[in-house]
Amino acid sequence: MSTDDAFVSFSEVQKSYDGETLVVKNLNLDIARGEFVTMLGPSGSGKTTCLMMLAGFEPATHGEIYLDGSAINKLAPHKRGIGMVFQNYALFPHMTVGENVAFPLQVRKYSKSEVDERVKKALDMVRLGAFANRRPAQLSGGQQQRVASARALVFEPKLVLMDEPLGALDKNLREEMQYEIKHLHEDLGITMVYVTHDQSEALTMSNRIAVFDDGIVQQLADPPTLYEEPINAFVAYFIGENNRFYGKVTDMNDERCTVELEGGTEAKIACKPVNVSGVGDRTTLSLRPERVKVNPAEGECDNVLDGTVRELIYLGDHIRTRASVGDNDEFIVKIPNAQGHASLKRGDQVCFGWAAEDCRALDA
Amino acid sequence: MAQHESATPAADDVMRAADGKPLKDSLRRSMRRAKTKALLLVAPLGLFILFSFALPIADMVKRSFYSPEIQNVLPETAELLGDWDGDGLPPEQIYATFAKELAQADENRNVGVVSQRVNYVMPGARSLFSGTARKLGNVDSGPYKPAMIEIDEDWGDPEVWSILKREAYPITMAYYLSAVDLRYNAAGEIEAVASYMQIYQKLFWRTLWMSVLITVMTILLGFPVSYLLANLPVRTSNLLMILVLLPFWTSLLVRTSSWIVILQSEGVLNDVLVTFGIFSNDNRPQMIYNKIGTIVGMTHILLPFMILPLYSVMKGIPPSYLRAARSLGANPVVAFVRVYVPQTIPGIGAGSILVFILSIGYYITPALIGGSSGQLISNFIAYHMQQSLNWHLAAALGSILLFVVLGLYYIYNKLVGADALKLG
Repeated sequence: MSTDDAFVSFSEVQKSYDGETLVVKNLNLDIARGEFVTMLGPSGSGKTTCLMMLAGFEPATHGEIYLDGSAINKLAPHKRGIGMVFQNYALFPHMTVGENVAFPLQVRKYSKSEVDERVKKALDMVRLGAFANRRPAQLSGGQQQRVASARALVFEPKLVLMDEPLGALDKNLREEMQYEIKHLHEDLGITMVYVTHDQSEALTMSNRIAVFDDGIVQQLADPPTLYEEPINAFVAYFIGENNRFYGKVTDMNDERCTVELEGGTEAKIACKPVNVSGVGDRTTLSLRPERVKVNPAEGECDNVLDGTVRELIYLGDHIRTRASVGDNDEFIVKIPNAQGHASLKRGDQVCFGWAAEDCRALDA
Repeated sequence: MAQHESATPAADDVMRAADGKPLKDSLRRSMRRAKTKALLLVAPLGLFILFSFALPIADMVKRSFYSPEIQNVLPETAELLGDWDGDGLPPEQIYATFAKELAQADENRNVGVVSQRVNYVMPGARSLFSGTARKLGNVDSGPYKPAMIEIDEDWGDPEVWSILKREAYPITMAYYLSAVDLRYNAAGEIEAVASYMQIYQKLFWRTLWMSVLITVMTILLGFPVSYLLANLPVRTSNLLMILVLLPFWTSLLVRTSSWIVILQSEGVLNDVLVTFGIFSNDNRPQMIYNKIGTIVGMTHILLPFMILPLYSVMKGIPPSYLRAARSLGANPVVAFVRVYVPQTIPGIGAGSILVFILSIGYYITPALIGGSSGQLISNFIAYHMQQSLNWHLAAALGSILLFVVLGLYYIYNKLVGADALKLG
């Protein structure tokens, strides 16, 4: 995607609060019209700072941010026409739900009748039509969240920003609201930029996810790519669960490489080279727990290692098994709770096998 | 089944614990220890407040309408006057009893107490009583009626006796009336006192509007300071907080006197104004020993009482509200006025109540730098306590002040709600 048809575009953006360290390091990010992009990362990774720069609450130290083709660095927040949902909703406590939703329309000097009509429509959209006269404090967390969404959407902004909007909700409600926000996005066709540190939230909702760490976008990709083809050790670690081995590349071609594990086991693992440059490199191997087979048939897997079962945790749909493999005591295998699944006991000696293309050789 | 249930209605009426005793009793018993402990903990403070605060206030309110001097010194006369119909002159019996008790009071040197009490409503009563008491020594036997009229013809005036009858009754509104520049005339009707004697109504109004003005001034001056305190980085705001608190910790007298240094006609401010040619040297403005002095001094002294509750409320308003308002399209001024200011109302309310109630009864500052035009009602309460010794009038003035404050608090509670108060 080129900068021309991007709706939101960060161009070489840097941000520093103290003049000594960069919180955001050279951010280049294009977001297409109608896209749902999530900025995902641990706290302190710079994702919220990026959102605040986009909303206009923090100036960029260097670089330009473009919205719909024009630079907005010098535009005041209230002139940007961006809807925003805040972490704790920031619903005005001295106004009723209806007045909260009417606020963006009133400051835009809409006529009284139009305000009433739009507020009603927006509240109906989030199924809170009957709550217009309540105070925000009288609503549950999920209802407050929906009011915040209605308030950010009622003036029909082309871009909506959400800063960890579901962080304060319990797990079930959070999942329900994820679908609700996703459907709002699909129905209204607006562009959304969403910030979260919850990877399952990001995977559920987004068209694309930008994984932030240390002020840098580590990988920008759609959810399946991000999960199945992480390009570095941080992304592999941060998205989903993964088993890690450390080793040294001993042989390599375009398709395959062989890695000798550290820690004296001298086992050689065949894997897919992703982020290694050549023989002799140190590397981190990443392997998803669900791609591991227990006691595979002879020749079924490229790699087979012996291990000892340390712990079994019954989780209903699968059994999470922790084992020692090589010098890794945290080797996790997910055994689906299907008919005829391997039934293991603590202390069992078993073989674990996996295909070479499921094992990715990443940066050390 | 239904019949069976209705046969034992008592079992359904009361919730019972597992041992069959009513649940409420069990709960009370289980909580008794904790309740006793809590009660013992507050007991010292409760007693202290009772003896140093509640009882004195009750005594003050009682003193403002209960004035039993005549009944104490002339008990039988007071009782007979109470039974008398008040028409014309009283019968010989009352004259006789009065003469006897007055002579007795003269012996006990108690006439002054009675005569002063009557003097409040009937100027000249003091000399009438003392003169009559002295001359009654020469009257040995009755009839006393003509003898007393002989001593002073005022005793033949029905008005004097109707006043005496009214004042002999221990419960009186006379002090409240004089506290608002009214009095009973001889006929027992309420009328305004002569215009040159009217002082308290003006004083009450002055106290009220000056307190309102001082409250408004502290809001105007305190709001920006509190905003800075709540929003500056911690290091800077701590320094600012010390600047707010340092005068707060300094003696009230020192602060008030320092205003004399600044504001007097040869003072710092006047010198500066003259130096810059804003006023000529022989036309220095009077800025102290008048209302200006009182307002400036009290605003300064009461400012922390506005800043501290405002600060604590503002500290609790997250910056995301203003950001949300901005992102929703409000310019900075609209966002501030419509989103920030309404949320500081509990702080403004608490600060205003504190400052207003403190200033409505303020004494030291107006006494020191208020001159005569800057005196407040409390200065006159002090005057009646210390100089004129008319404690009943002081009590009536104080009670009116108390009722005004309670009334205003009631209104505040209806409008804003006392539970919205945040005092720090």
